[in-house]
Amino acid sequence: MRSLSLFAGLFLTSAAVADTPVLTVYTYDSFISDWGPGPAVEAAFEAQCSCDLQMIGAGDGAELLSRVKLEGTRSEADIILGLDTNLMADAMKTDLFEPVSIVADYAVPNGWNNKFFTPFDWGYFAFVQNVGLETVSNFRELADSDLKIVIQDPRSSTPGLGLLMWVKAAYGADAKKIWNDLNDNIVTVTAGWSEAYGMFLEGEADMVLSYTTSPAYHIIAEQDNSKTFAAFDEGHYMQVEVAGKLRSTDQPILADQFLKFMVSDVFQDIIPTTNWMFPAVTPTGGLPDGFPKALSAKKSLIFSPSDAALLREDALLEWQAALSQ
Amino acid sequence: MAGSVIAISLRLIFGGAVITALLTFSFGTAAVVALRGHGFGPLLPTDLSAIRFTLWQALVSAFLSVSVAIPVARALSRQSFFGRRALITLLGAPFILPVLVGVLGLLSVFGRSGWISELLLFFGLGRLSIYGASGVILAHVFFNLPLATRFILQGWSGVPAERFRLTDSLGANSWSRFLLIEWPMLRGVLPGAFVLIFLLCLTSFTVALAVGGGPKGTTIELAIYQAFRFEFNLGKAASLATIQFGLCGIVALLAFLVPLPKVGDIGLDRLAHQFGARKHRRLDIIWISGAAGFLILPLSAILFRGLGGILSLPGQVFSASITSLLIALISTGVCIFLALGLSLSIAYSRLNTQKIVEGISVLGLSTSPLVVGTGLFLMIFPFVNPASLAIPVTAFVNAMMAMPFALRVLIPAVRDIYNEYLHLRLSLNMGRGIWLMRIVFPRLRRPVGFSAGLVAALSMGDFGVIALFASPDLQTLPLILYRLMGSYQMDQAAAVSVVLVAQSLFLFWIFDRGGRGHTES
Repeated sequence: MRSLSLFAGLFLTSAAVADTPVLTVYTYDSFISDWGPGPAVEAAFEAQCSCDLQMIGAGDGAELLSRVKLEGTRSEADIILGLDTNLMADAMKTDLFEPVSIVADYAVPNGWNNKFFTPFDWGYFAFVQNVGLETVSNFRELADSDLKIVIQDPRSSTPGLGLLMWVKAAYGADAKKIWNDLNDNIVTVTAGWSEAYGMFLEGEADMVLSYTTSPAYHIIAEQDNSKTFAAFDEGHYMQVEVAGKLRSTDQPILADQFLKFMVSDVFQDIIPTTNWMFPAVTPTGGLPDGFPKALSAKKSLIFSPSDAALLREDALLEWQAALSQ
Repeated sequence: MAGSVIAISLRLIFGGAVITALLTFSFGTAAVVALRGHGFGPLLPTDLSAIRFTLWQALVSAFLSVSVAIPVARALSRQSFFGRRALITLLGAPFILPVLVGVLGLLSVFGRSGWISELLLFFGLGRLSIYGASGVILAHVFFNLPLATRFILQGWSGVPAERFRLTDSLGANSWSRFLLIEWPMLRGVLPGAFVLIFLLCLTSFTVALAVGGGPKGTTIELAIYQAFRFEFNLGKAASLATIQFGLCGIVALLAFLVPLPKVGDIGLDRLAHQFGARKHRRLDIIWISGAAGFLILPLSAILFRGLGGILSLPGQVFSASITSLLIALISTGVCIFLALGLSLSIAYSRLNTQKIVEGISVLGLSTSPLVVGTGLFLMIFPFVNPASLAIPVTAFVNAMMAMPFALRVLIPAVRDIYNEYLHLRLSLNMGRGIWLMRIVFPRLRRPVGFSAGLVAALSMGDFGVIALFASPDLQTLPLILYRLMGSYQMDQAAAVSVVLVAQSLFLFWIFDRGGRGHTES
């Protein structure tokens, strides 16, 4: 098969670098886009590892986990980067991940202790909109409004799954009612975050499910003050994004080295202004000017990985049923 | 004598093998899927709504395509105008147009930020939104209206002009002409066109993926894909695939009862008649220009947006286009080898046998690529990483999927040659080699070229099985196109579309032209 691929001209470069060890990282698509953290991370790590870091996009975060299950122990990946706490319990059940211990001074709210996964950034989900557009301050108002939103599929995307958890955390048993009423606000459900955000920027919707830190991208990188997020009085669900090392890796030492690098200053410094999330370990230089502040503990919603795993299936059925109408 | 006995048994073995392969391909993969799935376990409400939506959208799409095609075909059959021939040729294009390209074009015209929305906004009206059922149906009509129009136009061209002249000289008005001539013709053509389009929409995947808009626009095919890629729930994928296979089977049985339209392009460019041409000219112009606009606007939107960007496309597009070419060529080779072999091996059989074989090939039409993909995946999975076989599997599945089209061209072609020339072979006591090389193959050049062109173009644009099997680092043109659309880089996506369409059309043209040889130049 390799020879067929070679014939197809796909791996023409691999022969030239055959002697350099290759570390393969599966991640979500937006991480490796031109404006994402990927290019800078690759350059910085390759400068210190004398290896070839190959980061491969495999859809959005939740699709990543499916990919891991599909490839099982045959996977060519060494590291999976981009799962979150809502998927962690499910990921650990696969028995495909190797415990690691990466010590760092984590700035993740509520601290961190999990022996399989290492956090690299975190943030709060929020609906991003244009400044000046009518705004809403909770899901009930959003559902009653005529605002058009784009959301992501909770089966393929971590923001999509986060939204399910958000509604559950804020409304509990009434979540179903909220979804029924939100149905007519939803323009479309995309497979991943990139598609949804792209559609929003092209004017295909009034709001998009993203993060409280997304407007900072427009403000800092583009000097564009036209984007803001709708602050919800019921609080915002949090996401902690994590990476894990596969048991099947053929580069265990290099994989550990990458995870250590991931929580180091170099990597963490890249995160705020490329992935537009809060760094998991605050870099010595601090956060850039204009970067938003963390919310109060009262407004920060999150389920533990095990609670999220318990809620997930029912929440998903509820969501599918409401949106099939 | 002994030699011919061996030849006959070889022929039977080959024919039998191909038919067994076809049957294994559709029933075998479905059986694997059913064994792996939980059979007909309790269906979730969301599965039921996917089934409902799949059937409903296929019915509406087929109904709209066929009913709009009637006035358009009627107008085309009696009006002569500049570009008529080009327009009729263009009607064949959506059949080989990669689905993603069509969807991208439709989005540029009918999307929330498309041309029509901008126009509506200019007049102070709201934007269009095509995500959901409306988008799925719009895209299905876009792809199938031209197909239906060609089938019905074929029907009109098949009516001898003398009949129109006769009714005319008997002083019949247009209503009685419709009752006496056109309605009987339509009654013969419409059911086949309807069933064929219904079948194509029943197994629709790419359209629902791109514009379905979430659970409300999810077809069963898409649900299979999601169970696979999003949840890696093979059991669920298998259950859904069993349902899909059942549905397709029922419709395929229906398809046995109605004569399906022929694939081909013969005789379409002549005017059927011109009765009523002057009287209905205005109305006809509206139908023709409406249909032409609906077809041409999205295509030109892509050209308009993509042509400028071709030169600045990243290098990966080049290697992807080579991979796509490779897949297309392998599947064309496999498909034509099998289809031609099968057609030749049943050439001496009775007409009934030939009809049965043609019928079996219809199975391929009703086979869902994702059911087959799921089945093959489950078979391969225990042994190797299926992603490493993505290219050969895709090429093979595409070859099998295109078999019905190739067989429907080749079986009648072989039959005609044998009917016409077999007595020549017998009377001259011609040897087998000379018979095949001098008589049969030269006459098969054109149908083989045409069907190879079809297969190559279909395979080039395929986005079904490849989406199921692809590993993140595999790149084909449709995969790149999907990823670019995903990251909303619409200008680059349009540029890749232009490359993809150009490559598909080029392959089609090469094969078709090669088949025509010097005979017409």
